Amino acid sequence: MATRPKYDEVEVGAEIPAQTYPVQRLNLVMYAGASGDFNPIHWNERFAKAVGLPDVIAHGMYTMAEAGRLLTDWAGDPGAVVEYGVRFSAPVVVPDEEGATIQVGGKVEEKLGDGKVAVAITAKAGDATILTRARAVVQLA
Amino acid sequence: MALNRDFIGRSYPPDEPYEVSRVKIKEFANAIGDPNPAYRDQEAARALGHPDVIAPPTFAIAITMAAGGRAVADPDLGLDYGRVVHGEQRFVYTRPIHAGDVLLATATVEDIRTAGRNELMTTKVELATPEGEHVCTAYSSLVERGAEG
Repeated sequence: MATRPKYDEVEVGAEIPAQTYPVQRLNLVMYAGASGDFNPIHWNERFAKAVGLPDVIAHGMYTMAEAGRLLTDWAGDPGAVVEYGVRFSAPVVVPDEEGATIQVGGKVEEKLGDGKVAVAITAKAGDATILTRARAVVQLA
Repeated sequence: MALNRDFIGRSYPPDEPYEVSRVKIKEFANAIGDPNPAYRDQEAARALGHPDVIAPPTFAIAITMAAGGRAVADPDLGLDYGRVVHGEQRFVYTRPIHAGDVLLATATVEDIRTAGRNELMTTKVELATPEGEHVCTAYSSLVERGAEG
């Protein structure tokens, strides 16, 4: 497990090392079952195209979960994420063969006191920004 | 179609308590492809100071979506679910959810408004233990896309 960052040593503007997370159709089927969101736009290509989407798209919440991994891995303790919010700005299109890749980055935006820091997150799939206003509060040691 | 503004402020008290299991947390962690041991290994979770395995930060959606869905599914609201996209989501935690938790979900419709051709609906779902300990509040914003052109 990664070394847990310490509040006193973290500086505003510090980058959290970027990560990429691959997405396949299988992940979306598993996520549908685990979350209880069985909307067919997330697993049925025919249905997705019929409602005007280019192909099957990932659940917004799946995308949020992947971006959240950047935070939980950085914090060292997933329970340290005390607040986490996003706006879904573009869908992640997941073609059958190639799947998709989500690129996530983060930056310490503000030190809030009491060991808490605000982190701004960026998330893209290809050239598309998939999350905006993605921000978390992380409790550091 | 405009959503029924009478729903603003409407609150839905908890129905069945949700029992958080280790198996469900592990299933969710597997689904998001996250190998973090805090989600599956009790010793690893205890070493971090948690009483049992904890849930990923977005796990609460598996509980809160169903609770918020009670308003969404009410035909009087007038929501066409086929036109709905998830606009925003935010979780505020008092403490992490862990295996063994029994959680009660109280859903409230916070706001309904028009934005251009779309209708925006914001719900708040609070998760608490039967003893009244607050665990998490989830804020969801749904967008009902208006008709094209």
